Amino acid sequence: MSYLMIFITAVFVNNIVLSQFLGICPFLGVSKKISTAAGMGFAVMFVITLSTIVTFLIYYTFLQPYNLGFMMTVTFILVIASLVQMVEIILKKVSPALYQALGIFLPLITTNCAVLGIAILTIQKNYNIVAGTCYALASAIGFTLAIIIFAGIRERLAYTKIPTSLQGTPIALITASLLSMAFMGFAGIGG
Amino acid sequence: MNKQSYINLTRGIIKENPTFVMLLGMCPTLGVTTSASNGFGMGIATLFVLIFSNIMISLIKNVIPPMVRIPSYIVVIASIVTVMELLMAAYLPTLHGALGIFIPLIVVNCIILGRAEAFASKNNVWQSILDAVGMGVGFTIGLTSLGVVREVLGNGSVFGYTFLTEDVSPLLLFIMPPGAFLALAGLIVLFNKLQGSK
Repeated sequence: MSYLMIFITAVFVNNIVLSQFLGICPFLGVSKKISTAAGMGFAVMFVITLSTIVTFLIYYTFLQPYNLGFMMTVTFILVIASLVQMVEIILKKVSPALYQALGIFLPLITTNCAVLGIAILTIQKNYNIVAGTCYALASAIGFTLAIIIFAGIRERLAYTKIPTSLQGTPIALITASLLSMAFMGFAGIGG
Repeated sequence: MNKQSYINLTRGIIKENPTFVMLLGMCPTLGVTTSASNGFGMGIATLFVLIFSNIMISLIKNVIPPMVRIPSYIVVIASIVTVMELLMAAYLPTLHGALGIFIPLIVVNCIILGRAEAFASKNNVWQSILDAVGMGVGFTIGLTSLGVVREVLGNGSVFGYTFLTEDVSPLLLFIMPPGAFLALAGLIVLFNKLQGSK
């Protein structure tokens, strides 16, 4: 399978949020405004790509050669948690402006199941390092795309009259449902 | 059973139901509930992890320095999840296959870390077990009811028992991703209505 195919499939066809259900918490939680949604999206993109590369290297240099595959969950979550901390500290020192933009989202990312999910899926799909990075980046772009579109719709929804019983979460879920239906239209691209 | 124990046990089932009220653990809630039995299996798996993590954390709460408590909790939870995943792969291979990626992802389920931080780190073992049972049962009820709704509408069956005849086609949409969001929205509205009418 070509890298372009992996890319398109991960962004549109098997969108990480709308068809794989990973990263639903930030998708519903941080999507009231486009600007915060974009901030969250870019922070996630950065962390997912970086953590997938690191966990990939750790899996194939330490875990697999010594038959420690069962330690995957424990190792990966520790690596991701410390990586997020490290990124936060480095960003604070190196680029205060970027830290201002992404900083508040970073601690939340550790418990974003998309990060651990993508790291594990990359191993399960037996990708090589290039395909794995491509897959991680594409999935993260899919997340950012979905959350920005969703926030755009919710900004409009704030000005409309919604029946009392649907206010809040239910209307957000119905919106997500319609968005997911729209993304189903991509099924078939790439077979 | 005294009053406080009763409150701790029932808190998770209705008043702070993780699925319908707190909206915690949404990824497995939407991802695995394509059938009632998958939803039930996921709920029970989470219940077990929750009980053991609450027990462990309330036992070691005085040993862990406050600075590193969150990483320590995560390691404890991840170890319990690994044990459970291996047990499940050995004894329930079908369910293990159906739940797939969502089993290791129990580690990052906000309910478990949330209860560890908000409850087990401040209370004794017995109260922590009650809290875990309440929350776990509430989560299982949420997942099972969502699974039942999706399976009935999308597949015409309940717990694998088909009741539709061949010539009636079910609403396939409900076992596909958009149906998950739609069914959960409907259930939350229903839950709020029932809560409000009391």
